[in-house]
Amino acid sequence: MSVFRGNSTAGPRIRLGRVGRRRVQTIVMTLSVLMAVASAVVAGALMVSASAPFDAAFAQQHGAQLTAQIDESATGADRIAATGHLPQVTASSGPYQTAQIDPPGPGGLDMQQSQTVVGRSAPTGGVDDIVLRSGRWATAPGEIVLSTDANSVGPDTTLGGTLKISPAADSPTLTIVGLASSITDSADGWVVPAEITALRAPGTPATAQMLYRFSTATTTAELNADRDAVAAALPAGAIVGAQSYLDVKLAADENTALFVPVMTAFGVLGLLMSVIIIASVVSGAVGAQIRRIGILKAIGLTPGQVVRAYLAQALVPSAVGAVVGVVLGNLLAMPLMGDAGQMYGGGSPGVPWWIDLAVPGAALGVVALAALVPALRAGRLRTIEALAVGRAPRSGRGQWAQRLAARLPLPRAVTLGLASPFARPVRSAALLAAVLFGTTAATFAIGLTSSASAVTTAREPGQSIPVSVFLASPGDPGSPASKSGGGAADPAKTLAVIQSQPGTADAIGQSQGVVTVAGGTGAIRVRLYQGHSSVEAFALISGRWFNGPGEVVVPTHFLDTTGHKVGDSITLVDQGVQVPARIVGEDFDPGNAGLVINTDMATLAAAQPTLHPDFYDVTLKPGTSVAGYVNGLRAALQSTSAHVDATQAGHLNPTVVAFDAMAVLLTLMLVSVAGLGVLNSVVLDTRERVHDLGVCKAIGMTPGQTVTQVLTSVAGAGLVGGAVGVPVGLALHDFVIPLVMRAAGSGTPAQVQNVYGVVELVLLAVGGVSIAVCGALLPAGWAAKARTATALRTE
Amino acid sequence: MGNVIELEGVVKQYDSAGAPALGPLSLTVAEGEAVAITGPSGSGKSTLLNLVAGLDKPGEGRVSVGGLRIDGLGEKALARFRRERIGMVFQFFNLLDDLTVVDNILLPAQLAGSARGRAMERAAELMEVLGIAKHGRAYPGRLSGGERQRVAVARALINRPALLLADEPTGALDTASGNEVRQLLVDLHRSGQTVVLVTHDLALAESCAERTVQLVDGNIAVDRRNAEVVR
Repeated sequence: MSVFRGNSTAGPRIRLGRVGRRRVQTIVMTLSVLMAVASAVVAGALMVSASAPFDAAFAQQHGAQLTAQIDESATGADRIAATGHLPQVTASSGPYQTAQIDPPGPGGLDMQQSQTVVGRSAPTGGVDDIVLRSGRWATAPGEIVLSTDANSVGPDTTLGGTLKISPAADSPTLTIVGLASSITDSADGWVVPAEITALRAPGTPATAQMLYRFSTATTTAELNADRDAVAAALPAGAIVGAQSYLDVKLAADENTALFVPVMTAFGVLGLLMSVIIIASVVSGAVGAQIRRIGILKAIGLTPGQVVRAYLAQALVPSAVGAVVGVVLGNLLAMPLMGDAGQMYGGGSPGVPWWIDLAVPGAALGVVALAALVPALRAGRLRTIEALAVGRAPRSGRGQWAQRLAARLPLPRAVTLGLASPFARPVRSAALLAAVLFGTTAATFAIGLTSSASAVTTAREPGQSIPVSVFLASPGDPGSPASKSGGGAADPAKTLAVIQSQPGTADAIGQSQGVVTVAGGTGAIRVRLYQGHSSVEAFALISGRWFNGPGEVVVPTHFLDTTGHKVGDSITLVDQGVQVPARIVGEDFDPGNAGLVINTDMATLAAAQPTLHPDFYDVTLKPGTSVAGYVNGLRAALQSTSAHVDATQAGHLNPTVVAFDAMAVLLTLMLVSVAGLGVLNSVVLDTRERVHDLGVCKAIGMTPGQTVTQVLTSVAGAGLVGGAVGVPVGLALHDFVIPLVMRAAGSGTPAQVQNVYGVVELVLLAVGGVSIAVCGALLPAGWAAKARTATALRTE
Repeated sequence: MGNVIELEGVVKQYDSAGAPALGPLSLTVAEGEAVAITGPSGSGKSTLLNLVAGLDKPGEGRVSVGGLRIDGLGEKALARFRRERIGMVFQFFNLLDDLTVVDNILLPAQLAGSARGRAMERAAELMEVLGIAKHGRAYPGRLSGGERQRVAVARALINRPALLLADEPTGALDTASGNEVRQLLVDLHRSGQTVVLVTHDLALAESCAERTVQLVDGNIAVDRRNAEVVR
């Protein structure tokens, strides 16, 4: 800005050399914007990758907002069809007759997972157009089109393969002629309508599927109201199940629903940090250059040119940070977005181009606004005042503090430093804000990362189980089950062998099934345990884990959807048998759209007396070698169909690992930027005080005393910033985490909320001083080394 | 009496391509002597003063003050040297605006680790002698230029330095205040204080110093007793 160039037409122009000369401020501005933009790009990309593919496919396939299972025998097809003409219904399809089949698993094992097959003559029908992925649509009895989402159906789901409809030896088979998908996962398979009657088990009620779209159905409450309207048009209890497209969407967004708010929080923190730092840098630059501004204006610079010069001083490094931030954000988003891309059959969708433009554009807009206020101040400075004003503080500022400090029984360099912040209250406030915000951000970010890590642990509670024993080999042609012609190992005998095996601590049997809840939402997965299941208990949000038959533990979303609460009694319907149960706990289990019931296997004994575990999770006594145990148990079970596996205990979802790594990286960046923000404030403060420091050195202040004075001048701000910043960060964490969890459709378990340890908190509080002192060390060194003669000439 | 200042073959060059700002120059100042350094702008007056004060280092030559060779000292030793052996008075006072008059005066003593009580006695004595005792609790911004320069002199003398260096001490003062300071320097010299005064003001040089050294282009052009300088 010291050199004019230009001509009579262009007018004078200010050189931007100042940007390069203020290296610390330039680096701080660049990094803070970089961090903010990178986080925001990741958050935006995740948001889009989570929603856009589903929304696009849902619109293209005319997805059903409500899929209702209706008792046809009590209602009649005409009356069911008439619900398609209700005022709030904008489109409907059906009724399609349905049947439940129970295809056997590997080795002929009864999987006890009934599948819904729908009779549809064509894949299209106005609502829920089925997309044929391969093969063709079923045109004759004996043919089935399988859902690509129904990956647990049968041992052979390849095109041209066959599917038995039950484990019975004389079970009819269906030929798989096509593979298709429904955006709302409305069925596990489709056959011609004429096939349905043959597929229904004797004595089971006739049900039909009706698919609806409504005029308003963007929230669960609106969809519940729509469902109630349909139910009111039918006999009481006719709707035996209903599935909301919001639940399907929630399941699709399972990972990203948790990631997006966290990444958004990082983006917002980064942007706030940028605003504070950039406003501080530009106002500091203006404050330090008042005389320069006065001189430039005296020789003809216009106010507009002054404003533009200071805006450019902030925007040039910010633009560099924004560009690098976009590149970094794209790189960081890739591993997370791959998940969403694969879900809809494509590769990684990539970060949309408009996010790459909108995020840096918005960030630079915020930066420009932050810089505008001090830049306008510079532009408005009256030339005569600017020329008259030096850097020395006006008389009156901080004198009381110096008077008090001088009386303290401390070395003079210390008391000078302690009192000096009061001489420049605005600069000191900026420093305090930088430390406070830095400590808050560090506390919040560390808590956020810890909570995110706790979420990944809480959602997979069986991580510590080292060994699993499956009662049937999973399709291994060389397995004993295959050789012997099929059949699963005897559960009781297998359990006895496991329990007698040296090193066994416990064995917990597990199975899965599907039930409906009377008056509820349709088919709901039920996770059934046998034994001391608390080892595998999900994190509890309220209540307790079940203690025995008749007690169930359900996720938050189940309670939200059904309107129940912990302590309520519900009725499970399994195989047409009503089973009473009581909700004793709310757990954190966002899988399966948060609609899974956990209970003791004996709860469903009335409906399924022969129910038995599909596998046992085995815990070992301390000191037992997993490999040795597995080999021993394999030998003991060699003559049976049981299959022993060492689980990948501690193995984490790669997407979650990528997210955790990114959160740690962003936390480190945030803390680094906070430290640089403090460094920036101290640099500005030291620069403004360089003349006073020169005077002190001229009258005998040693370099050590100079360093002491500079460090103690920031120590107070560090202490206060740390003491206030930590509780503020804690409060912010306690406020945001439940919101994040709620956005993901769940309550907050204690281990996700309470993530701070005492040592961690003390370190964070001390971190305020550490950030301040570390930030001040460099300028303190500069001040100590500065040539006294030069400093004395500084105005 | 011995020499307080001894400069021998001193050269200071800021621009390696250009001519030296000072020297080669040799100069001695005896104990109790009052010497005025004069010369036009750019002649090397301030450079000479900075070298004697240990604020800058020569490229060549030796600088000794009070028998201590200072051109090879580190920053810490130089700081000790400044607070123990010299006092400095500047054209623009260089007082700290947020400290009271007495706290400004006390500062060099406190930085040197002197006991506050003893330093206070010395400060009170200096304020009394210099006529600023009633301003002890005032702030520099409220004093006249002459009063502020008296405070600066008091601060320079608090540690009883062997040498008082004054850089254009009346340059920022009106005539009346300038005369006050001039008289103060004369009184100090009469009391035995060694004084080196840098000034453009030949009248000040003649009235305060017994010897005038005139620099031109970094070299001594004239070095004579004032009786000889005054025609």
